[in-house]
Amino acid sequence: MASLSLSSHLNKSLRQQYLNLPQEGKCQVTYIWIDGTGEDVRAKTRTLDTEPKGLEEIPEWNFDGSSTYQSEGSNSDMYLKPVCMFRDPFTLDPNKLVLCEVFKYNRLPAETNYRNSCEKVMQKVEEHCIWFGMEQEYTLLGVDGHPFSWPAQGYPLPQGPYYCGVGANNAYGRDIVECHYKACLYAGVNIYGTNAEVMPSQWEYQVGPCEGIAMGDHLWVSRYLLHRVCEDFGVVATLDPKPMKGPWNGAGCHTNVSTKEMREEGGLEYIEKAIAKLEKRHKEHIAVYDPRGGKDNMRRLTGLYETSNIEHFSAGVANRGASIRIPRQVGQEKKGYFEDRRPASNCDPYVVTKAITCTCLLDSDEQASGSEVEINVSSPEMES
Amino acid sequence: MATSASSKLNKAVKQQYMSLPQGDSVQAMYIWIDGTGEGLRCKTRTLDSDPKTIEDLPEWNFDGSSTFQSEGSNSDMFLIPVAMFRDPFRKDPNKLVLCEVLKYNQKPAETNLRLTCKKIMTMVDKSHPWFGMEQEYTILGTDGHPFGWPSNGFPGPQGPYYCGVGADKAYGRDVVEAHYKACLYAGVQICGTNAEVMPAQWEFQVGPCEGINMGDHLWIARFILHRVCEDFGVVASFDPKPIAGNWNGAGCHTNFSTKEMREDGGLKVIEESIERLAKRHMYHIRAYDPKGGLDNARRLTGRHETSNIDQFSAGVANRGASIRIPRAVGQDKKGYFEDRRPSANCDPYIVTEALVRSCLLKEEGDEPTDYSK
Repeated sequence: MASLSLSSHLNKSLRQQYLNLPQEGKCQVTYIWIDGTGEDVRAKTRTLDTEPKGLEEIPEWNFDGSSTYQSEGSNSDMYLKPVCMFRDPFTLDPNKLVLCEVFKYNRLPAETNYRNSCEKVMQKVEEHCIWFGMEQEYTLLGVDGHPFSWPAQGYPLPQGPYYCGVGANNAYGRDIVECHYKACLYAGVNIYGTNAEVMPSQWEYQVGPCEGIAMGDHLWVSRYLLHRVCEDFGVVATLDPKPMKGPWNGAGCHTNVSTKEMREEGGLEYIEKAIAKLEKRHKEHIAVYDPRGGKDNMRRLTGLYETSNIEHFSAGVANRGASIRIPRQVGQEKKGYFEDRRPASNCDPYVVTKAITCTCLLDSDEQASGSEVEINVSSPEMES
Repeated sequence: MATSASSKLNKAVKQQYMSLPQGDSVQAMYIWIDGTGEGLRCKTRTLDSDPKTIEDLPEWNFDGSSTFQSEGSNSDMFLIPVAMFRDPFRKDPNKLVLCEVLKYNQKPAETNLRLTCKKIMTMVDKSHPWFGMEQEYTILGTDGHPFGWPSNGFPGPQGPYYCGVGADKAYGRDVVEAHYKACLYAGVQICGTNAEVMPAQWEFQVGPCEGINMGDHLWIARFILHRVCEDFGVVASFDPKPIAGNWNGAGCHTNFSTKEMREDGGLKVIEESIERLAKRHMYHIRAYDPKGGLDNARRLTGRHETSNIDQFSAGVANRGASIRIPRAVGQDKKGYFEDRRPSANCDPYIVTEALVRSCLLKEEGDEPTDYSK
């Protein structure tokens, strides 16, 4: 088939014969990190002599940053610091996946290492027990770049029957979704659910509830798992927020938020206060809700296709055309959580959760200064 | 190509992932009927432990503006679990959960016909109404043409296909076999299958089910059929007349009995019920497809083993009648009768409710009685 990769045609039973070989007590650990684009993940693997019981048993490592848009060739070594460990659903126990923070040669965080400052903020607000749930939308493409299963050089019937749909004429690529879900459960990623989305070949999964820094950790690893599963099947997952122009939905990463106070009786008051604070910093949030200072979201947040308009902040109960939606149940029970519908599907969850936390919980003089949320302008893609 | 791109994804790879252990986590797939009254939707959530009963399943919600059920500005709708089955796709301990849909104001959604059906069934539970529904359907390729038919053409005329065997007679049996096993695993009360008169047309029967269970089991059986077809890359259509011309339509013949009908001398009760149905033909026709009778108008022509939509008729062993009394029932003088009018895309909740209203609650006239007054 033109739209599946050549690799996916390699004999998978043959592969399984090799993967079933015992490994004599040794353990494969795959280090995962975010590269200089701030959107893509990289990975490489090393052997450890025994199964690590915790992070402290996984050594620091390094890599060639000049090959990942992260450093110059003349001074290319960058450090990988393990921060979160998961089981490996591809090569199975006892092997591990380990998410890493990237540091420059001088031990400062790399430009796209937004986790570092996010963690500091989350530590400051620990008593509030801030929980997040993020709804990751994505589109499946063939290796030809066209949405998977769409007619070649053409379009399917208009949107309407696809959301949560079933049947070969409504659901395109469910195998990937099913396998990704199982892989996340096995790995230990806090996957909450999945559904087919409004555009055909578009899907969504939700990760959460996660407290504080765990949100970003679990979402990034879930993205790595998604790309790996798609690779196995020979298709591509894109997190582009508007993959198809015209009457087709974009892709977001709606972020659900609550604090201990919001979840308790009368919590609606705290939710409304938080929304009022968010309204005052709409432009600052839009600037960090995608990796291009809002440019990606400009293609998506038009006010149509269940989005709010990028220029105006709005909030409403059960309103999917608003920037912030308060779920109907929360409006009725007067406590719970709210949903920020603005983040794009390719956002960095560390940046998003940090921005929301700063605006809602920290006083203005403690909020992230401009430099901490500045977009990385040194990536080559930005310059061209 | 007649089969979908998704069906060509590597299933050995899929199997490797699907056999990953999942600890104590359970995937619950919530299923509901959308705003068309014919389409099914589904989404999944993770539970921390194995739900033992329906009470263990939390209520949920969804975006009704994407399912023809609400506006975007007020889009939340509620999902209330009502029946739980084992999941034959993800297997134990995972579950399929059939749900009723409520609007934002807690009233039933327009296509939630289960709520009223349940009330009616509760009123007559001492009569133990049993149903068996014969779901006919046609397998289509993703191009919309019946599966196995020559592209841009037709197979030989009807005759050799009903219950047929052989590659020149049975088109798509794999789907039927897989669906049957999946239903048995799930706990759906599937009682049989057969190939139908039109090539690429098949039938399965669900029952006997008492009361509200008929609708629940039939809707889940339909969901399982759509999912099995999706896996194979073909489409199941419940359109009651998929091909115009000299080709059979697809119905959902509904067999019905009460405790009285099943006991000695029950034939008399059957005949009384049929007289009541004769007086209420148009009310039933309106309930027997999702378009108030317009879909059935294409199917109930009086030919191809159907009765004419404008006339009510009944007879022993008569497949051209609205109601058929099976020959054995005529001989034993007790049993059940078959209402052949419902179309393949009917909603089983309103079909079973209509039969109970007319035969057990002895309603008359063109409108259903409102018992809340």
